[in-house]
Amino acid sequence: MEMKKLIINGKEYSVPNNLTLLEACRTVGVYIPTLCWLKDVNEIGACRICVVEVKGARSLVAACVYPVSELREGSEIFTNSPAVIESRKTTLKLILSVHDRKCLSCVRSGNCELQTLCNEYGIEDEGKFDGTVEKYDIDASASHMIRNNNKCILCRRCSAVCSKLQAVAVIGANERGFKTHIGCAFEADLGDVACVSCGQCINVCPTGALTERDDTDKVFAALNDPTKHVIVQTAPSIRVALGEEFGMPIGTIVTGKMVAALKRLGFDGVFDTNFSADLTIMEEGTEFLNRYLKREKLPLITSCSPGWIKYCEHYHPDMIPNLSSCKSPQGMFGAVAKTYYAEKMGIDPKDIFVVSVMPCTAKKFEAERVDHSAVKGLPDIDAAITTRELARMIKKCGIMFNQLPDEEFDKPFGLGSGAGTIFGATGGVMEAALRTAAIKLLGVELPDVELKEVRGIEGIKEATYNLAGNEIKVAVASGLSNAKKLLESVKSGEKSYDFIEIMACPGGCVNGGGQPIQPASVRNFVDLRAVRGAALYEDDRQLPVRLSHENEDVKAIYDEYFKEPGSHKAHEILHTGYIARPKY
Amino acid sequence: MKNKLETLPFKGTPEQKEQLCAIIEEYKDVPGALVQVLKKAQEIYGYLPLEVQIDVAEGLNVPLEEVYGVVTFYSLFSINPKGDYRISVCLGTACYVKGAGDLYDSLQQKLGISGGGCTPDGKFSLEACRCVGACGLAPVITINEDVYGRLTVKDLDDILAKY
Repeated sequence: MEMKKLIINGKEYSVPNNLTLLEACRTVGVYIPTLCWLKDVNEIGACRICVVEVKGARSLVAACVYPVSELREGSEIFTNSPAVIESRKTTLKLILSVHDRKCLSCVRSGNCELQTLCNEYGIEDEGKFDGTVEKYDIDASASHMIRNNNKCILCRRCSAVCSKLQAVAVIGANERGFKTHIGCAFEADLGDVACVSCGQCINVCPTGALTERDDTDKVFAALNDPTKHVIVQTAPSIRVALGEEFGMPIGTIVTGKMVAALKRLGFDGVFDTNFSADLTIMEEGTEFLNRYLKREKLPLITSCSPGWIKYCEHYHPDMIPNLSSCKSPQGMFGAVAKTYYAEKMGIDPKDIFVVSVMPCTAKKFEAERVDHSAVKGLPDIDAAITTRELARMIKKCGIMFNQLPDEEFDKPFGLGSGAGTIFGATGGVMEAALRTAAIKLLGVELPDVELKEVRGIEGIKEATYNLAGNEIKVAVASGLSNAKKLLESVKSGEKSYDFIEIMACPGGCVNGGGQPIQPASVRNFVDLRAVRGAALYEDDRQLPVRLSHENEDVKAIYDEYFKEPGSHKAHEILHTGYIARPKY
Repeated sequence: MKNKLETLPFKGTPEQKEQLCAIIEEYKDVPGALVQVLKKAQEIYGYLPLEVQIDVAEGLNVPLEEVYGVVTFYSLFSINPKGDYRISVCLGTACYVKGAGDLYDSLQQKLGISGGGCTPDGKFSLEACRCVGACGLAPVITINEDVYGRLTVKDLDDILAKY
């Protein structure tokens, strides 16, 4: 690698020539703050927070987009000279002059990149630039999120992820100058456009301009209602991310503490979505083999990711017949809770309140789908909350998470296999389905249950498996821009597959729109997808049961209730349908 | 999508649509042609309503929000048609210090539209402009080719009544 000598803050370093000045400084332990920069996604040099002084240059330069290769050997760089500090302070004051400074009630207080910087630079609440401020209505039209443009700093990180990573592009900068704001075309509300509810924009918002719709009050109300039997399920990806909210390293597995916290919050049953993920595999694996053997409606495309489902309904309605009719693990859990569980426990389904903790904002939308109702008139899921909302509940109730003992999930939905747990990572559903399809349904011995070909964070993965003489061609995509590419290659006839897994969020649910928010200073240098995903695969390795069909709780529900996968009863309760939705 | 902005129903003709399609066909593989196509589309329709922006977005394979972002960025483009009588209020420095801002606010109120808009009957449209070169008459408004100067808010009703 070509290196270049730079003198940074008076000390001489040798740094790689192919980096930006900001990245080069970071390699030698010099941190430069940013507000707009998101590596590979939003590199526009717009916010002017990362400015540094290059000796001899006419003005300060934006380090995030300044290539080291443009500098002369031995250039002198100052990242915190008085001129740099003064410039950053002025920029912050200008941003604050049009910012809604209601920090006390802001959900991002303490985790706001603007607040942190203002604090570090000693910016006062009242500034000399205060003057006219544009007032924006708060948009609460979408079922998954709230948009408050009064807190927007126009960094454009949200619109960049929406268009580049997700190929959805329903938000962007409208108008110009002082009137510039982030919005939808023709100022439509978010709930009225073809937004897929993935929540990736929330994860990258540096301030409280974009937040999930908080449903914790609904959950607290149910917990405090003595007539309600309140149960909770937790998705695979929660256990590898919740710890971050309590200061633990990224990728810490906290299953036991999470269960203990939920029990202390007062839930009457604490269950594992890994169980219903296993149930999904039984149904979807069967559905796949049926379609494969009849060679109809192939490729089968997974239906676990509600962001992907909504994307398909808006943008690729012609692919709806290819979608698996299985409800997602969240949906299946709610459906069996209000049927099988209600019967087994002798509780009127009306009195059961099902909460799901999901790494996902689109799960809020999914929970409100009218077709998700196994018992007429009742939703399968009563409240879907994100990892962040659960952390908020735990903190509010004074539960000292880090000191909790490890506890176990309750019966009868407490067992989850390793196949269920890897649902949270891209390729995981495919791997879980193939394990069961091969071993249980086709009677093939797998030399290794770990199918490495479909693992990893690449946007699109392909593999071919030969199972008992059947050549099965599979593909896996995560991030909707990758899904779009994959679908277009299928539609054009360039590619052909039997089974496709698609997850809306890049890297899968571990990087879902409801996961703990990591600031850009972490996000740009740690691959959250890889670290959290690796924790899920570790969890899989540690579990005694690694195949969905060997899950005793799953066996029991088929013995006692559904009889066999794909049965009439299973279809009524565990399957669903989709509708074409308009693009505009 | 619920359009929160337009006041008038779209009345595009098949001939206009045909012209637009020809333009899109010509430019669809040219990178960065969006502004060009929008300019020509506005020449065809007189303005750029939702329906036209959707055609451009689909034709050039560009997200609608990006099209709308560009349309609202350049003052050249309008999402509302021009009225039979185009009212321009000069908000240049001289007019502004002489109270043109009040005239502009008052006209928005009287016509029930915001700046850049058009009344539902298509009679008046209203926009702000920068200096018509008659600073000696400040504050100035123009209605099509007519120029009115040294105005106060009280004069507006009589002027509107002429049209």
